[in-house]
Amino acid sequence: MTGNLLIVLFDGLAFGMLLFVLSVGLSVTLGLMNFVNLGHGAFGMLGGYLALVVTREAGLSFFVALPAAFVGAAVVGIACERTLFRRLYRSGELNQVLFTVGLVFVATSIATFLFGTGQQPIQIPDMLRGWVEIGGLRFGIYRIFLIVVALVVTAALVFGLEFTRFGAKVRAAVDNQRVAQGLGIDVDTIFAITFALGCGLAGLGGALAIEIVGLDPTFAIHYLIYVLIVVAVGGLGSIGGSFVAAALLGIADVAGKYFVPELGSFLIYLLMVGVLFWRPLGLFGKR
Amino acid sequence: MSDPSANNTGLDGARAWIMRQGRWSPFEVAFWLAVFIPFFFFPTYLTLASQIAIAALFVLSVDLILGYAGIITLGHAMFFGLGAYAAGLLTKTGWGEPLTGLLISGAFVALVGFLVSFIIVRVQHLALLMITLGLGLLTMELANSMSWLTGGTDGLQGVSVWPIFGTFDYDLWGYTAYSYTLIVLFIGVLIARRIVNSAFGLSLRGIRENLNRMPAIGAPHQRRLQVIYTISAGMAGVAGALLTQTTSQVALDVLSFQRSADVVVMLILGGTGRLYGGIIGAIIFMVARDQLAGINPQYWYFWIGILLMIVVLVMPKGILGFLAQIWERVRR
Repeated sequence: MTGNLLIVLFDGLAFGMLLFVLSVGLSVTLGLMNFVNLGHGAFGMLGGYLALVVTREAGLSFFVALPAAFVGAAVVGIACERTLFRRLYRSGELNQVLFTVGLVFVATSIATFLFGTGQQPIQIPDMLRGWVEIGGLRFGIYRIFLIVVALVVTAALVFGLEFTRFGAKVRAAVDNQRVAQGLGIDVDTIFAITFALGCGLAGLGGALAIEIVGLDPTFAIHYLIYVLIVVAVGGLGSIGGSFVAAALLGIADVAGKYFVPELGSFLIYLLMVGVLFWRPLGLFGKR
Repeated sequence: MSDPSANNTGLDGARAWIMRQGRWSPFEVAFWLAVFIPFFFFPTYLTLASQIAIAALFVLSVDLILGYAGIITLGHAMFFGLGAYAAGLLTKTGWGEPLTGLLISGAFVALVGFLVSFIIVRVQHLALLMITLGLGLLTMELANSMSWLTGGTDGLQGVSVWPIFGTFDYDLWGYTAYSYTLIVLFIGVLIARRIVNSAFGLSLRGIRENLNRMPAIGAPHQRRLQVIYTISAGMAGVAGALLTQTTSQVALDVLSFQRSADVVVMLILGGTGRLYGGIIGAIIFMVARDQLAGINPQYWYFWIGILLMIVVLVMPKGILGFLAQIWERVRR
């Protein structure tokens, strides 16, 4: 029983770390510009399909596919931001929501057109397969890899935000955009770069997700809900909050499906509604 | 002593203004004449026409809270679906009379809406989006796991509805279904018109425009929002019940996120906060889906997505708002 519990905790944590990589970008961009981008899941899906193409069509290694997914999603992200999204910063939430929902519809159709509706498997290197046995419990190597990647991403983000000049500007812009602008910080450019990074991370998350949850055209909409839960529960613009929320959500999801499978995702949604009713700004939200 | 007459004329002026707003325009009359066209020219599409009327009633319920009161929702299918299941389960208990079934379902859903409204009025922005989304998903999961009651993914089968007034049975062509849904939609529009063209409706618009200023001028927002949310939920429930009664089954997808998203899409396509906007949106959406899905069912969302992005970028007030703008310009 304790063994089962440990494995559930471990798998949940790995799943949570995946959700963290997928959603941290949205948390920062939402906190920065108040732009409700429901298309974030679509960038994750884009990264997933890019990784698929790189490994399957081009025959390159999975370790090449991961950075390719990051760069590809970041480039498409910044292109969308410069041409489309920036027109919507001043319009209402509803227009932002609907525009990006439209984007998800289009992305889903394109993915269906190019790859069909089926689940796509991905080739991962042999060294990531299998498991390590500790004290009679089997820990999947790929899941360990996921946790390591997420920790590296977190460390890089925290370092970048807390200890670099660019990070200081981002924090200033999140705290008070107008004052930051008044101090001569180019908020527009900062936002474009942050947006690209956020989309890139979503793409990386999408590529990492295939081995765990598979990839099909419904990915964009299905994981959007998880991503939004992480962002809303964690609090906007809070990396620590997203990290905690993602870990909790991952563990709760895996544990719920393991111990009370008949309830499905009911507990997750109940938990989210409860947390948001109690703290509308999320667990770590400031504004 | 102050002069009471000045105050009186002000009040009378306001009353006259509200009365003026509530007058029937020639466009409205033309619209209600046009709804009879399917009977004569497209008798093979009467089933689709009744589906459109149901969707229009559902959109109308969302317009009341989203367009007029400014409450964004991504989970209104919750009420539609609850209404559908309530109407279906009611016939299972042996009471298949449609009109009372409609009222009982609507009242039940309105009660649920009233309870939910306590949560809704306390949150805004992203939290509001997420709570409406979460409640919608939660209801769907609940209906799925309670398969002993709802039939789960197989849906609720064997719904038998008695003929309307004991005489008009549902025919294969949908004459009865369309007439029935149309009459209910008309009553729904009458109620919605009465609400939005009243002092209460005006205060809702004030709350939409500035949530903090309304309490300052003596119009507390929470109670008002709760009232309109309850009415909207009830109306959505009636729309769901209509779907059950005209199709004699309930599928789990009445509660789906897709339905919640679709209804907001219809509203935005047509134009929010103008009653007929949502109805026009429902007509365009449903007809387009019927036609495009016939050509290629997998990719129909591609076109809806493109249409949605264009409408948001080019016509922020929806198609009807866009047309109204052009009409204003032509008239000058």
